[in-house]
Amino acid sequence: MTSRSQARLGRSILLHLFLTPLALIWLFPLWMMVVFSTMPDNGIFSPGIELLPHDGFIDNFNNLQRDTNFVGAIGISVAVAVTYTVLSVLLTSMAGWALARYEFHGKGAVVAIIFGTITLPYAVVLIPQFIMVARDFALANTWIALIVPPLFNSLGVLFMRQAFSMMPAELFDAARVEGVKEWRIFLFVALPLARPMLAALAIILFLASWNNYLWPLLINSQPGAMTAPVALGTLIGLTKVSWGGIMAGAVMLTVPMLIVFVLLQRHFIAGIAAGAVK
Amino acid sequence: MRTQNATAYRFLTPYLLIFAIFWIWPIISSFLISFQATRTVPWRFAPTFNWGRLIGDPAFYNALKNTLLILVIQVPVMIALAIVMAVLLNSPLLKARGLYRFAFFAPVVVGEVAYSAVFRLMFSLDFGIINKLLESVGLAKIDWFSNVTPAMALIMIAVTWRWAGYNAIIILAGLQSIPEDVYEAATLDRVSKVKQFFHITLPLLKPVIVFCAVLSIIGTMQLFTEPFLITERGGPGGGTETLGLLLYRQGFRSLNFGYASAVAYTMAGLAIAITLVQLWLMREPK
Repeated sequence: MTSRSQARLGRSILLHLFLTPLALIWLFPLWMMVVFSTMPDNGIFSPGIELLPHDGFIDNFNNLQRDTNFVGAIGISVAVAVTYTVLSVLLTSMAGWALARYEFHGKGAVVAIIFGTITLPYAVVLIPQFIMVARDFALANTWIALIVPPLFNSLGVLFMRQAFSMMPAELFDAARVEGVKEWRIFLFVALPLARPMLAALAIILFLASWNNYLWPLLINSQPGAMTAPVALGTLIGLTKVSWGGIMAGAVMLTVPMLIVFVLLQRHFIAGIAAGAVK
Repeated sequence: MRTQNATAYRFLTPYLLIFAIFWIWPIISSFLISFQATRTVPWRFAPTFNWGRLIGDPAFYNALKNTLLILVIQVPVMIALAIVMAVLLNSPLLKARGLYRFAFFAPVVVGEVAYSAVFRLMFSLDFGIINKLLESVGLAKIDWFSNVTPAMALIMIAVTWRWAGYNAIIILAGLQSIPEDVYEAATLDRVSKVKQFFHITLPLLKPVIVFCAVLSIIGTMQLFTEPFLITERGGPGGGTETLGLLLYRQGFRSLNFGYASAVAYTMAGLAIAITLVQLWLMREPK
């Protein structure tokens, strides 16, 4: 073995010696979430160290369902996240298409305003949004309240604008010469070509809606209208509540997303990394 | 190219409508609300009512102090950690890359409520796994929830766990966009890997790191769920109360929209100021 490859081996061992404990620390909370979700409450609150799953998940789930209608809340969360994702992908890609492909009056201003709002904290719009939706429109505790206000998404528009502007113009010009209408070019030429970007955007938007907490907490606070994270959040801090149940709920919120993450990792990472590559 | 106003706005209108109703108008509206006394019916214009109160409110200074403290400690630590993760994940020497990526990136999909619940349980005083592990190696257990310093540390640990991988994804994408040949000359000249990192990689990554820092600052500025759920409404005794939590208490518990709007605009002002300073510090040398 040459000294050069020995040095390489040494570096490789050092790298793994450092990264493996860090990775285990990072996985630990997720692992414990699963372990807790399978333990009875008197096991969670006992002095021993338990690091392996038990078999109490179903009991915990039943306790959770007794504490709050979690299945119903999951149903709302799924329906809202799916509707939100479809609508938001459509709106942001239409806007991105217009910004990438047409010259029009006010284009500079529209782009500048969208960019300007990226750095603006959501807190600034929270109170008027609440007053408007809850009082003026009387839409609190409805699905519309959960879906419509978060539809504005500046990074999504910029992402789709980027995607459409990278496509060669000849593709669309050829269709135009044939007399194809603009909305058909958008729907049947541009959108299919942007499929990987649409997938990345859809995953990120779905996840954002699925995990959204503050807005649903404020606007849909009635028991029958809560999303799953809000329903779960109401239990945290209560005294007579099953912590094993809360953990079962946390697992039900998290594990499906982890599976999606593993299956669609490439799109996921593309969606998150997109912000940086301008 | 000829202008295509009608076509363009047909595609833009749905988006712009949502944008105008749910963003532009609220941005203006909350500015106006901050100058009104909102606990009388009808609201009345009182320009110094909320802002005057804000300037003299110890609860505001407490929340501001806590938020800035978390900001100046947690964001740099997390960005540094994210850079380390990204650089090491990018190493050609790494085996089983997928497993390591999963470990660091998985928290990105975990919701705030789910992970807040887990952290609360893991760090509990007598039965939390963290204290049990500390005791099993002969250390004293820590009362994470009754003392301010450990409670703040817990918030920072939780937020770092949740977001370090997210930033590592962005930084990793930045790393992979650096062309190989940039390093070739340095390697031929036998410049050490560490020197290459500080003199080639970091300067080229600067825009990406600034982007991450800005996003993280805006996020941390609005920190709400973790002190709300993990340390139980900003406990102990307001020790982890943030501006986000103050806004929530004032706006949605006391229904004092005017005062809450003043808090919101303070957060926005701070976020914009810090972002501008950051962009200025990291500007390209002429």
